[in-house]
Amino acid sequence: MEEINALMGGFAVALTWQNVMYMFIGTILGVLIGTLPGLGGANGVAILLPLTFSMEPTSAIIMLSCIYWGALFGGAITSILFNIPGEPWSVATTFDGYPMAQKGDPGTALTTAFTSSFVGAFVAVLMITFLAPMVAKFALKFGPAEFFAVQLLTFCSFVGMSKEPPFKTIAAMMIGFALAAVGMDTITGQLRLTFGEEELMRGFDFLIAVIGLFGLGEILLTMEEGLAFKGTEAKIDAKVVWQTWKKLPAYWATFIRGSLIGCWMGVTPGGATPASFMSYGIAKKFAKNPAGFGKGEMEGIVAPETAAHAAGTSALLPMLTLGIPGSPTAAVLLGGLLIWGLQPGPLLFVEKADFVWGLIASMYLGNIAGLIVVLTTVPYFAAILKIPFSIIAPVILVICAIGSYTVGNAMFDVYLMVVFGIIGYVFKKLSYPLAPMVLALVLGDTAEGAFRQALLTSQGDMGVFFANGLVGGITALALIMLFSPILSKLWGMVSGKKAAA
Amino acid sequence: MQDNHNNEGGAISQKSAEIVTAIIITLFGAIVMWDSNRIGAGWGSDGPESGSFPFYVGLLIVISGIVTTISAFRADSKELGDFVEHEQLRMVMAVLIPSIVYVAVIGFTGIYVASAIFIIAFMMWQGKFSAIKSILVAVPVNVFLFFMFEVWFTIPLPKGPLEAMFGY
Repeated sequence: MEEINALMGGFAVALTWQNVMYMFIGTILGVLIGTLPGLGGANGVAILLPLTFSMEPTSAIIMLSCIYWGALFGGAITSILFNIPGEPWSVATTFDGYPMAQKGDPGTALTTAFTSSFVGAFVAVLMITFLAPMVAKFALKFGPAEFFAVQLLTFCSFVGMSKEPPFKTIAAMMIGFALAAVGMDTITGQLRLTFGEEELMRGFDFLIAVIGLFGLGEILLTMEEGLAFKGTEAKIDAKVVWQTWKKLPAYWATFIRGSLIGCWMGVTPGGATPASFMSYGIAKKFAKNPAGFGKGEMEGIVAPETAAHAAGTSALLPMLTLGIPGSPTAAVLLGGLLIWGLQPGPLLFVEKADFVWGLIASMYLGNIAGLIVVLTTVPYFAAILKIPFSIIAPVILVICAIGSYTVGNAMFDVYLMVVFGIIGYVFKKLSYPLAPMVLALVLGDTAEGAFRQALLTSQGDMGVFFANGLVGGITALALIMLFSPILSKLWGMVSGKKAAA
Repeated sequence: MQDNHNNEGGAISQKSAEIVTAIIITLFGAIVMWDSNRIGAGWGSDGPESGSFPFYVGLLIVISGIVTTISAFRADSKELGDFVEHEQLRMVMAVLIPSIVYVAVIGFTGIYVASAIFIIAFMMWQGKFSAIKSILVAVPVNVFLFFMFEVWFTIPLPKGPLEAMFGY
């Protein structure tokens, strides 16, 4: 019950009229970012981050996290109305959302998607409320070796779970680590990988990478596909909402399954996209009418949206408790916290309890604000997509340029952003995953620090990562994740042989 | 950027793009290893030396780069298809080249003037909008940005001669 009290305190922090205003501004900006091509949760938050420096940290992080919720909602709008997934995790939403909208029911499709998102996020926030303090308390016992093991687990899960070839995932990830090492070594003060260039001494800021990779890179990809937004008009009125809400409780099982899949996959990194597909697949398997899937089945919208939002939200659990973000956007939020001098991790729950509970309370409120905003303003956002791309593209590029400049007040960062844009385009086309690269760039210094400290205490003995049950268990789990593509292949061969014999 | 393989509208084949990228990645890894080795990648008096962590990072990049290069060489180029078609490449360059020019111009004119010119040029050239319409979009957008950053949020952005005329 300790949590309930703390949460009530959090509501008191979050429910000032200023913070509520920031919540609405944040969600509106977020939905806008989610619908526009070339701006997504990660780079949208990255660009807006410098604008919040003058704000009070709690208000700022409330606004930034609301941008995140808004972007999660916004992805569904383009998927359903235009068959263009605004974010990778909305791909599965297009399967049934777009056909339903084409059949003349866009209002129902959108209401279903928004409500499912809300339910998924709500379950995940509930989980965060009760699980986060426990995880944080547990993690207080962690030493450098345990922290490194958890980070190893994070990165190994990327290799094990991503659809991309494992060696491409490793390459992308390690490039992130290498870029993170550029500049001054925080432990010895030595300059690394700078080759005497003054500009490189500051190192690479991951915000620049995020803006380039997901901003310019995405615009280049969109440009290539040619742009024909052929969409349906969106109208939502109270009657449609009410009628949809009456039908939704029938899919309670899908909601529960989606939320559970989402929460589980969200805590492990890179989760939202696979979670949405997995939830869609399972819903289809259990459905009374599996043949209707792909043709505009309501359940086919409920399943992926619930899971994607549960995953997107629960990605904040490891970010807050361990300082390990589960998604690029969570990584950007983590960057924001660091800038305000708030070091995410178990100590945050002890030292800045007000802030943590204010943030968690704002997750409840932000999602309610988000649901209200999207249900009432969808037609306006749909109208934005009618603006020709030849106007939107240069404006977004200008915003990206300004965003990269404001991160460190340096022109060099703007040039870097362009370089990252080209890298993002090429990597995306060759299926090198970008998320592990960004996370490695963010976590590089802390992972390296933990690794070096652990080795220092053990005098260079690698055995420190297996020294006790806790660290050994995490490390072993990490190695299993790393080799899981090979293991599952071997398992397939063994069981296949058995079946043949 | 890369050598052209002209076959059925494909400007660059997927196979050559895979190979070139993987080789560049391998070289990048090798540079990381070389520089880390230079500053010391062993065990110093105060624990692992500065270069040791990046050294192994570089090693992993080289290994995955080589594996990717080999598997790209062994892949069937017909099955892989094109990396980009000519038309697609043209569209991509139509955004990329103006963006590079835009970013380069910022240093001379400041960000607001460069942005306005960029939006006008892009709209007229890519969107076939009239000059008046383009100006009507570009100028208000940049005036808004100017007030937002310089006045409301007081975050100074690069400025040039025009802003200096107004006393900023």
